[in-house]
Amino acid sequence: MKAKIIITPKKAVLDPQGKTVQTALEHMGYTGVTGVHIGKYIEIDLVPGTDKVAATKALNDAAHKLLSNPVIEDYKLEVE
Amino acid sequence: MNFSVLQFPASNCDQDAVHAVRLLGHSARLVWHKDASLGDADCIIVPGGFSYGDYLRCGAIARFSPVMQAVKQFADNGGLVLGVCNGFQVLTEAGLLPGALIRNRDLQFHCENIFLKTATNDSPFTSQIPAGKILRVPIAHGEGCYFADAETLAKLKANNQILWQYCDAAGNLTDSANPNGALQNIAGICNEKRNVAGLMPHPERACEPLLGSDDGKWIFESIFAALKSKTVAQAA
Repeated sequence: MKAKIIITPKKAVLDPQGKTVQTALEHMGYTGVTGVHIGKYIEIDLVPGTDKVAATKALNDAAHKLLSNPVIEDYKLEVE
Repeated sequence: MNFSVLQFPASNCDQDAVHAVRLLGHSARLVWHKDASLGDADCIIVPGGFSYGDYLRCGAIARFSPVMQAVKQFADNGGLVLGVCNGFQVLTEAGLLPGALIRNRDLQFHCENIFLKTATNDSPFTSQIPAGKILRVPIAHGEGCYFADAETLAKLKANNQILWQYCDAAGNLTDSANPNGALQNIAGICNEKRNVAGLMPHPERACEPLLGSDDGKWIFESIFAALKSKTVAQAA
């Protein structure tokens, strides 16, 4: 059983990494790219049979407190 | 006065902070991050370094160290807390200071001397800095770009919480004088209650002319003065 968390920088936050990668893509000849945003992907392995609702609640809490910084990041959580 | 300097795994400016405080005539001791007690401290310094390897985000894991409970309590009770570099990052992650520190805009690690303009003398961390004096202090960071949303920035301005800004030698807040892209050239701030402060530059590395500058001592002198007047007030 797994939780998947995608963390992305908030739109208002400067993303120089994203900009740099966008420039690199352009230099490589890829056209039509209007933006690149770089985030993080976290996978958390859970004990099989864990209650999905309880796990989602706990992981939202963890995502809010540790895994992401709500000042600069948004996150999406999926428990499967 | 007794200073407690925290030590997290991979803090590396803790010894410098202890040395600076002792050099300036006061007591300092190291407190391991697992200790629940800060000892008999008058002021806490959260030092620079790469606590927990900067894993996940700078300071993101250190903020949950056992000692941080005591730091929060100490701050809630009005105690003075100074976060330097990684310490500033830990304090923002812990919610003791607003905003966040993100990657330098040019993606480079900056290890150089910068100039600081003191935005206000109205704080226990800036009261003794001579009016108009530009401080020359070293920085050494890859994630020092201060960010806060528009609402928070407005609040910081309104409450006079911006303590130091990057400037040129003449004191002008220019973009080229900004080493990391920090909004409004913000190098350091304090909380609303003005007892917790954080800054990216290293004043503890600028307390001896031998090391290139002793301008950093003014920040410590401000803390000493604040603690002295606290003691006098308590004795009265």
